[in-house]
Amino acid sequence: MSNIPADLKYTPTHEWLRREADGSITVGITDHAQEALGDLVYIELPAVGARFAAGKEMAVVESVKAAADVYAPIAGIVTAVNQETADAPEGVNRDAYANWLLRIQPDNPADVDALLDAAAYAKLAEE
Amino acid sequence: MLKTTVLNAAHRAMGARMVDFGGWDMPVNYGSQIDEHHAVRRDCGMFDVCHMCPVDVRGSGARAFLSRLLANDVDKLQQTGKALYSCMLNPEGGVIDDLIVYYLDENFFRIVVNAGTADKDIAWMHLRLAEWGYSAEVNPRRDLAMIAVQGPNARAKVWEVLPDTRAASEGLKPFFAAGCGEFFVARTGYTGEDGFEIMLPSVKAVEIWQALAKAGVAPCGLGARDTLRLEAGMNLYGQDMDENVSPLDAGLAWTVALTGERHFVGRQTLESQGQQHEFLGLILLDKGVLRSHQKVHCTQGIGEITSGTFSPTLQQSIALARLPRGVAVGDAVEVEIRDKRLKAKVVKPVFARNGKAMI
Repeated sequence: MSNIPADLKYTPTHEWLRREADGSITVGITDHAQEALGDLVYIELPAVGARFAAGKEMAVVESVKAAADVYAPIAGIVTAVNQETADAPEGVNRDAYANWLLRIQPDNPADVDALLDAAAYAKLAEE
Repeated sequence: MLKTTVLNAAHRAMGARMVDFGGWDMPVNYGSQIDEHHAVRRDCGMFDVCHMCPVDVRGSGARAFLSRLLANDVDKLQQTGKALYSCMLNPEGGVIDDLIVYYLDENFFRIVVNAGTADKDIAWMHLRLAEWGYSAEVNPRRDLAMIAVQGPNARAKVWEVLPDTRAASEGLKPFFAAGCGEFFVARTGYTGEDGFEIMLPSVKAVEIWQALAKAGVAPCGLGARDTLRLEAGMNLYGQDMDENVSPLDAGLAWTVALTGERHFVGRQTLESQGQQHEFLGLILLDKGVLRSHQKVHCTQGIGEITSGTFSPTLQQSIALARLPRGVAVGDAVEVEIRDKRLKAKVVKPVFARNGKAMI
């Protein structure tokens, strides 16, 4: 059973989100996603300042087996990317929640509320 | 409904992540594919290959039948236990399957074919046999299980767990096999490492799998099997070649015996068409991962990656690719990955074997 922290929000495409004190949103891929992908070997992150509409491909994570898109969970501008995670992708396999991918300044902070909570994501990940 | 091997429950008990592999429910890894890969290069790992199918060809006409059926020449098999890698072609020169044939005696050859192709292979063999009328029988052996134990310490581990097989298998040179009571032990594999592929009665498979695990042999999934074979420069059927690809365009010319007068299926087409593509290795110089079907831009035209992955041994992405004629080892090429063109180098398609990088 994969780890699904109760204090985060989730998407059906296996991203997690955390609201930070400054209003930005931290984004990563879930423990369930890393488990399905297997050993990660390459992560491609967008440029800081890039703007994405909700649902657009914003990053790519590649395991030995497959490449997977990471979708923008909400509309906004990228304010930070985690170069440490990109330099050592295996960190995501060890801890998918500590090794975040990027931060977004949301166009509309309320968009986050509409995403899945831990219980709803757990149900989806089980299927 | 997925087909299962006799080891299915044992895999699940060991925490395997299972996937649908050509209709078979098989382990892709037991945690980390990369750890399993390194276990085979550095120590010893084992694979459930029960989904592959042994096919016994027996009878006084067995050699003549196989001589016409296979692109490699079974006349190379003169010593008891010797193994030969070959393609089985259609009349258009495409590869129906790639296989290993073991020579046991003049009336007994054993073939091992791929899982996903087994049914069509056996049907093809029966049809050709009926058409040509040789005195031989073709019998699939689904009653046999198969476990591959691979790595520098593989043979020692097998002898620890199956001491009775030691006498018959200790003297085996690479690419030879021997019967050891109810076991059939072959010094062959699909990893580029030393080791054995062991055929045994299905009823014994679980007990031996667990005994090997207890002796410290790492269970390995299809994920590691793919990265190991790719590093070793071995083709995967359905990906690097299929019924529409000539072995000459898949780096397998060395397995096609075109000398002499032997009339094997596909020979005429191969000789009239000749080689139309280069089949070579690629190493990605930029960051990223090479994957099958990516386009390769060369000065001579556009080629295609047939198998690509991240090489745990080289810590770089590697690939096998079908490229335009004239592309050569050392050439600089560009691979189209998503919206970018990344730099890659053409290399000989052998990346790592026997624990060592070959590049």
